[in-house]
Amino acid sequence: MSRQVVIDPITRLEGHGRIAIFLDDKGEVQRAYFQIPELRGFEKFLVGRRAEDAPQITSRICGVCPTAHHMAATKALDDLYHVEPTETAKKLREMLYSIFMLEDHALHLFFLGGPDFVVGPTAPKAERNVLGVIQKAGLEVGKRVIAMRKELRGLIQELGGRVIHPVFGLPGGVAKPLSEEARQRFEEVARRGLDFAVFCEGLFEEVVLKNKAYVDAIVSDAYTHRTYYAGLVDAQGRENFYDGQIRVVDPSGKEFAKFPARDYLKHLEEHVEPWTYVKFLYLKAKGWHGFTDGPESGIYSVAPLARLNAASGVATPRAQDLYRRYFETFGGRPVHHTLANHWARVIEIVYAAERFLELASDPAVANPDIRRMPTATPTEGIAAVEAPRGILIHHYTSDERGILTSANLLVATQHNAARIAMSVDKAARATIHGGVVDDGMLNQVEMAFRAYDPCHACATHSLPGSAPLKVQIFGPSGELIRTIVRGSGT
Amino acid sequence: MPKPKVAFYWCASCGGCEEAVVDLAEKVLDVVAAVDIVFWPVALDFKKADVEAMPDKSIAVTFVNGAIRLSDQEEMVKLLRRKSQILIAFGACAQLGGIPGLANLWDRASIFDWYYRAAPSVAAKDAGTPPRVKVTVPEGELELPAFWDTVKTLDQVVEVDYTIPGCPPTPKLLGAAVEAILAGNLPPKETVLAGTKSLCHECRLNDTKPEKMLLKDLKRITEIRLDPEKCHLAQGILCLGPVTRGGCEALCIEGHMPCTGCFGPLDQTADFGGKAVSFLASIVDVNDEAEAKKILDKVADPTGIVYRYSLARSRLGRKRMEVKA
Repeated sequence: MSRQVVIDPITRLEGHGRIAIFLDDKGEVQRAYFQIPELRGFEKFLVGRRAEDAPQITSRICGVCPTAHHMAATKALDDLYHVEPTETAKKLREMLYSIFMLEDHALHLFFLGGPDFVVGPTAPKAERNVLGVIQKAGLEVGKRVIAMRKELRGLIQELGGRVIHPVFGLPGGVAKPLSEEARQRFEEVARRGLDFAVFCEGLFEEVVLKNKAYVDAIVSDAYTHRTYYAGLVDAQGRENFYDGQIRVVDPSGKEFAKFPARDYLKHLEEHVEPWTYVKFLYLKAKGWHGFTDGPESGIYSVAPLARLNAASGVATPRAQDLYRRYFETFGGRPVHHTLANHWARVIEIVYAAERFLELASDPAVANPDIRRMPTATPTEGIAAVEAPRGILIHHYTSDERGILTSANLLVATQHNAARIAMSVDKAARATIHGGVVDDGMLNQVEMAFRAYDPCHACATHSLPGSAPLKVQIFGPSGELIRTIVRGSGT
Repeated sequence: MPKPKVAFYWCASCGGCEEAVVDLAEKVLDVVAAVDIVFWPVALDFKKADVEAMPDKSIAVTFVNGAIRLSDQEEMVKLLRRKSQILIAFGACAQLGGIPGLANLWDRASIFDWYYRAAPSVAAKDAGTPPRVKVTVPEGELELPAFWDTVKTLDQVVEVDYTIPGCPPTPKLLGAAVEAILAGNLPPKETVLAGTKSLCHECRLNDTKPEKMLLKDLKRITEIRLDPEKCHLAQGILCLGPVTRGGCEALCIEGHMPCTGCFGPLDQTADFGGKAVSFLASIVDVNDEAEAKKILDKVADPTGIVYRYSLARSRLGRKRMEVKA
């Protein structure tokens, strides 16, 4: 007779994420399932819509990373209409995107994953949130974070019309130019943004990297999986958020495949499990062999850890130095430690800030040629960007009027879904013995999945950085033996 | 005096409404200090049981965002309704069904068929075995919430006292609503807490809108370089400003793009899409059927344009379901 433990995590009374753990007679873990009980059907109701509306409709998949969907759809429209955006448009898009990556990653550092480290994983839950971060780092720091976020988001709104659900992208370009006066203001903010990024880097160094207990946690086996990694890289193999080819490296770090988004169907495939609404992506050439890691499994990972693993460098100087030091510290590429995502994210904060400053300093972003008008008949469009949480692929087909006839969207968390499921299972197995489910176990499970910054329709974006968890332990005949509630608010 | 108790809840939504709360920026701290937040699943860990234990009407104000898609969402908003003096529909999804409501053009079976079988990336061996509400795995049984055929608005499930519209609402509107609550200065029930006039009244291009709008042709944004200093409608671009409630600060217009209607209908309008279509009919200047058809073809996707945010709230509600014998 097995017993079932259900962890209803995060926000989930209506349920966007749930962990069910089955124990055997001895109270050992048989298997932990990470379920996503959420689906909205965007791919289906995009059919019949005007192609040009896709960037605005798909941004509603996620209100935390709307810019990622907006940009992936916009680039897919370039492809659908066979129109090359102007150089100015490309630069403006990448600049807006860099601002977005900077503010989104900073949100994660201070509001979401960071509190685990800055305040400490064993601190009282009531302090493990952004207010706790402010308390530890000082009120001035808190004010600086809030002010910086507001300023960056203000720029996105100024250029993109709106910050939550922008109206910026059009096939062949963008809707709004940047005046020279505005460019100078953007450049000033970019300088402050880079100062802020360096400050984030210093804070992470001080609080995390100088703390042996944290570093030990990062490299511990409980948070380690040897999988493939994928990320967008530029022509020189360097990490890029806005454009490039998808590069996949194997668990030893060797290049396994490199392909344009257009060829994604040759390389990637989706596995369906009957117990969750999320589909699991894997490498087609390796096949699906269940939830297992190693070189023979097709499971791969995306997001900051994977991006750095898949890239041979970073295109900006300060971030490149950090990239080098990061791999030196871990003894080479790739890094398999899930919690290293937090450090990788800090390196990307610096990269986003440096790239923003580069682009904002380029007088060409203020050129007026922001659009090339589409003239060809629309057919099919495929494009990818790096969302904060990993590769995002949009694929559309349309009729000759530009009315969508199909949509296929591969979102970041799907690429990571199998690895997250494994992380949760591993954390449960490592910590539950003899039927004892304690707070430490919840902590491990929680940290395991938060490191990915998973975005299950934003369900796991828990503002104070502390995912409330509930575990119910049922006896063999279904009676409730014990409930453990752990959360940030109490 | 004890601080007023406030609750937040989300249903089928994208998280943008939650971000809009965070976008209060430094004001968030003032709000947190002025009220007692008793329930906010995205941020604080109070459980359904805690809400159940509260006396009825003990929560001063509950904000609900998102459409109603799953049975447990319906249960939760009914519970919150019972416990709250004031229930506010926050954002387009709660008010009108929002973009997730476009799923009402389809049903569960057709959505599942694409997502778990026909989509080109689904492995052939897995095609046609979609997730199930109850599934037996080797270790036991797992459950998933049922996916409904039809998305509902909040007021189709419970009584709603006020609405803050928008996809998402602006921090300014939220801030004003919170101030009104704290000051005990709320308007009569059922008020939509935004502008009372159409978007055109706050649009800086309104001066360039012709007195009498008559259009020989409509254009799609893919065909035209918009003049950002001139009324979009006058350029033949279908801007829904004239039939959309104001209060958004004309953000899309400032982004050099037309209004798509996310703030929903004005007070006198029962059905946003119906109003938009009749407005369109009034500005199209045609003399015969052939010309009318030519213009209508330009609209291309009338349903997705006029009901983009409000299909679930419309008189039709959804596409007709096939009746099975």
